[in-house]
Amino acid sequence: MASQNGIGAAVKRKEDARFITGMGRYTDDLGAHGQTYAMFARSPHARAKIVNIDTAAAAATDGVVAVFTGADLKADGIGDLPCGWLVKSKDGSDMIQPPHPPIAVDAVNYVGEPFALVIGETLAAAKNGAEALSVDFEELPAVVDLASAARTAQIHETVPNNQCYDWELGDKAATDAAFEKAHHVTRMDIVNNRLIPNAIEPRAALGEYDAAAGSHTLHTTSQNPHLERLVLAAFVNVAPEAKLRVISPDVGGGFGSKIFVYAEETAVIWAAGKTRRPVKWTAERSESFLADAHGRDHVTHAELALAEDGEFLGLRVQTIANMGAYLSTFASSVPTYLYGTLMAGQYKTPAIYVEVQSLFTNTAPVDAYRGAGRPEATFVVERLVETAAREIGMDATDLRRRNFIQPTDFPYETPVALTYDTGDYEASLDKALAHVHYAAFAQRRDASEAAGKKRGIGFSCYIEACGLAPSQVAISLGAGVGLFEVGEVRVDVTGSVTVVTGSHSHGQSHETTFAQIISEKLGVPFENVTVLHGDTGRSDYALGTYGSRSLAVGGSAIVKATDKIIAKGKKIAAYMLDANADDVEFEDGSFNVTDSNQSLTFAEVAFAAYVPAKYPLDELEPGLSEKAFYDPPNFTYPAGAHVCEVEVDPETGVVEVVQFVAVDDFGNIVNPMVVEGQVHGGLAQGIGQALLEHGVYDDTGQLLSGSYMDYTMPRADDLPSFTVDTTTTPCTHNPLGVKGCGEAGAIGSTAAVINAVTDALGVASIAMPATPETVWRTARGE
Amino acid sequence: MYAFNYHKPASLEEAAELMANADDGAYLSGGMTLIPTLKQRLASPSDVIDLSGIEGLSGLSLDGNRLHVGAMTRHADVAASTAIPALADLAGRIGDAHVRNRGTLGGSIANSDPAADYPAAVAALDATVHTNKRSIAGGEFFTGLFETALAEGEIVKSVDFCVPDSAAYEKFPNPASRYAVVGVMVARCADAVCVGVTGAGACAFRATALEEALSADFTPGATDGVAIDDGDFNADLHASAEYRAHLVAVLTKRAVARLI
Amino acid sequence: MNVTLTVNGTEHTLDVPDNTLLVDVLRGQLGLTGTHVGCDTSQCGACVVHLNGDAVKSCTVLAGQADGAAVTTIEGIGSPDDLHPMQAAFRDNHALQCGFCTPGMIMSAIDLVQKSEGLDEQAVREGLEGNLCRCTGYHNIVKAVLAAQQNMAQGGN
Repeated sequence: MASQNGIGAAVKRKEDARFITGMGRYTDDLGAHGQTYAMFARSPHARAKIVNIDTAAAAATDGVVAVFTGADLKADGIGDLPCGWLVKSKDGSDMIQPPHPPIAVDAVNYVGEPFALVIGETLAAAKNGAEALSVDFEELPAVVDLASAARTAQIHETVPNNQCYDWELGDKAATDAAFEKAHHVTRMDIVNNRLIPNAIEPRAALGEYDAAAGSHTLHTTSQNPHLERLVLAAFVNVAPEAKLRVISPDVGGGFGSKIFVYAEETAVIWAAGKTRRPVKWTAERSESFLADAHGRDHVTHAELALAEDGEFLGLRVQTIANMGAYLSTFASSVPTYLYGTLMAGQYKTPAIYVEVQSLFTNTAPVDAYRGAGRPEATFVVERLVETAAREIGMDATDLRRRNFIQPTDFPYETPVALTYDTGDYEASLDKALAHVHYAAFAQRRDASEAAGKKRGIGFSCYIEACGLAPSQVAISLGAGVGLFEVGEVRVDVTGSVTVVTGSHSHGQSHETTFAQIISEKLGVPFENVTVLHGDTGRSDYALGTYGSRSLAVGGSAIVKATDKIIAKGKKIAAYMLDANADDVEFEDGSFNVTDSNQSLTFAEVAFAAYVPAKYPLDELEPGLSEKAFYDPPNFTYPAGAHVCEVEVDPETGVVEVVQFVAVDDFGNIVNPMVVEGQVHGGLAQGIGQALLEHGVYDDTGQLLSGSYMDYTMPRADDLPSFTVDTTTTPCTHNPLGVKGCGEAGAIGSTAAVINAVTDALGVASIAMPATPETVWRTARGE
Repeated sequence: MYAFNYHKPASLEEAAELMANADDGAYLSGGMTLIPTLKQRLASPSDVIDLSGIEGLSGLSLDGNRLHVGAMTRHADVAASTAIPALADLAGRIGDAHVRNRGTLGGSIANSDPAADYPAAVAALDATVHTNKRSIAGGEFFTGLFETALAEGEIVKSVDFCVPDSAAYEKFPNPASRYAVVGVMVARCADAVCVGVTGAGACAFRATALEEALSADFTPGATDGVAIDDGDFNADLHASAEYRAHLVAVLTKRAVARLI
Repeated sequence: MNVTLTVNGTEHTLDVPDNTLLVDVLRGQLGLTGTHVGCDTSQCGACVVHLNGDAVKSCTVLAGQADGAAVTTIEGIGSPDDLHPMQAAFRDNHALQCGFCTPGMIMSAIDLVQKSEGLDEQAVREGLEGNLCRCTGYHNIVKAVLAAQQNMAQGGN
């Protein structure tokens, strides 16, 4: 139905009422009777042996309830934090996963790694206790530089050359042959800078143990509470799955960093059981910098082979990816299956070969951060394409058009294992160029030149694989879990609807958009739909929120459940109206008998379902509540064209983003207001990577950018207003025709910015982030 | 934060006495630096002595060509003042709105953070710093990294600045913290040209080579070719010493351009 | 020590340790958890409240410094049934996603608009430099503040 609150409407959010009035409930807002506070003692060294930890003074500190070291957890049977994706090396061998105890036992391997926790009656007591720990470290030389990490000291006993795996994808021989016949080869060395996610809500956990029930409850800032529970139960051995409830209440942003199962919540829920007291921990921002999983951090050499007319013949990529000190929950998959598989981009490059060597260093673990692998892939492809255009003297947009996969080519099988279902890349590029007034760019450049500034324009035509993921494909490639989603639609007796989803919203607006779907499909007023999420006690096992999957996978599960509701409703209506079920249609919230004027409202059928007076209960169960699991048959492939225009002050090196246009194809759109907001946020992070943000360690492994004093977060006055628009080719394989929009902004934008900056300066490349001093030096030819 | 005793004395004498009697006391004015330091347990004073209860330490008054600014005057109030537009402009660019609503002139200069803004004005505007014990010439107040001429327990009461014929402040903010990577105030008082620089060195200073060049020829081009010795300049993640020296020249030039 | 605060119009006299921060009084003792803490270097702005009418970071004010003062928090400016124009503008312009920075952002924006006239986009962006948001890219926050400026000028708070 064309409901004003249905699919496609820019409905104001249900969530907002509580957030704008201060009534949100985030983990740190919660408390429990008799609550204690945990403080983690963290390594000051990037690499050291733990010779001895003397806990006596800490335990004797006023107000300290308990002191636990890694040895205590180990002795209690607490297992290592696992990595959920097994990647194999070229030679067929499994990746090497070093032991990752939640609390370090024998050695520490990055600054900030926890080696003990102190539980106090107050936070101050816990801090005092942590400071009273006497630790004997034997410092060892740290491995920090990624490019040379395979040739220096060995961090883990079981990991020679610090190499986790040496992976490949694509046809090497065919790619080498393509380069043999190339007319031109563009070669680039590319560093993708390390980022620190910085959701504004720091991670937090409140662990409780109910001795009467023998069960644990963990409130935590997780994007996927079921995964958290599975890992804590099955791998870490905190408690059996059925005796552990994980609840993610309101969560203040995630961007990937809250997918993972971390040491802190593991230790907190375990300690709650040991001390028989509620235990709470909330990260201070400095802890977030040190101990949240970081993002990106690649060193790459890439080459693009072109024919004389600009046709792409082959692409070769060699990447070293930083894993940090240990494998975080999904770390291994990010620079492989979420990276190498995207190297075709939007182009018909016939031969592609990607090699990725993942190495350990004495830095914080690196894992998925908004986009996860796909921004890195886009950066490689789109920097190469733009540079190739400049080298062969062709307009950068013309070179892209020359190589685009055409709408008639779908389904299109890439040489790197994906099958794109649909798209129209030229449509997005055309629209973006119209928005940016590309034809008048030369005049704008001249005006800047006259004012002593340098203006540049840059493009990025990205693609991403989202809607993670077809379980059987993922499992065949090493995933340790299925990647479906669950949706439950509970129709209440009076016809209102409660939706329970396994997806979790930490800003994405599920409570609104999922209600729009229900309103559209069932004709139930939007106000009468409540969406519940984030609680293993409420929903079936599901996989949560990441990889722009909530709508494409979680939303599809809800649609499947509504289909079941409608099917059952038709049967109930048929009995009530003495009609044949095949003759009952459901439209605009009514069950109608075809070729008659007989009809029942949805609410009437719902009531009848629970007051089953008129239908045979041996054939039809009472009630109107249905659940569906949805496992997608393919990834979705959002794609788009981003254009950035910058003005550079060559005297200071300051780059101003004067115009940013993003035209994205997300398939069908449920709430355009929400979609635009998602794009805005992604753009800020992508532009932030290009110009501002950098996680920097010094040679000894100390984090230099460890606070907002030194890590440059994009602020309001760093960014312009954005021009955001869409084109639409509906996804062909999910019931909503949707593709996902959460990561696109961060995936496409970074390359567009750097392409613009290098255009402005007339240089081949520049280091990221392109800070003022970097730009100033580059402009001077250094 | 470690535990401490909090005091809010009503007079300078009481404040000084509390300080003298404390094992390790710290004065608190706006708290914009001290409180974050305490929160991170980077300092552990036994006593925190809040100066905000002392009458007469805040406000601006004009006396001839001297502007008198009380030490507890908030940045927001200086930013809203009109006597020295360049000083108001400088104050309006310190930190963010919340910092300007709490932070004070006295607190800022007593801390002598190399990246604070006010020291550029103290250097450029022939300032005199008045304390509970004496007056200190602006040029002698900053003595090093986080070091001043203040003696143990001495309290800044006020600062007076010359009202220049014209002045301009140019700031290159640290993109992360928004402190000054470099800040330059250029002021013309009678025939003298003063160039006060913050951010570049261990503490604020006057760039005498630039002043000489500008005294001879007050045009933006006059600073071209003036050598700026970056030997003692700060270097960090955001700016090398060489880049800071370059910024000193560029910002000076831009300030001059605004004044002609 | 004892401190007396008038919070959202209600006077409270509280016994707190000398090293207590205003934000801890609000969140911990008064249960006003709408004021958030997002950093430890006084930069993110999630904790912004009004202290005697000025926007301040409540994580960087000692309870003793606020003794005798009037404090307004996000809970004190409107309710779901009676929103402040700035709250309404944030909702209407989709100026929030995860909601964590939102209370501080709204409190800063109200102070900005109340103390300025004729703010344009650039002035709003500069005026909000003390508040970090990781979700929205600020685009819709700026729109919301400009819209609220209109509504507040037309007789709203």
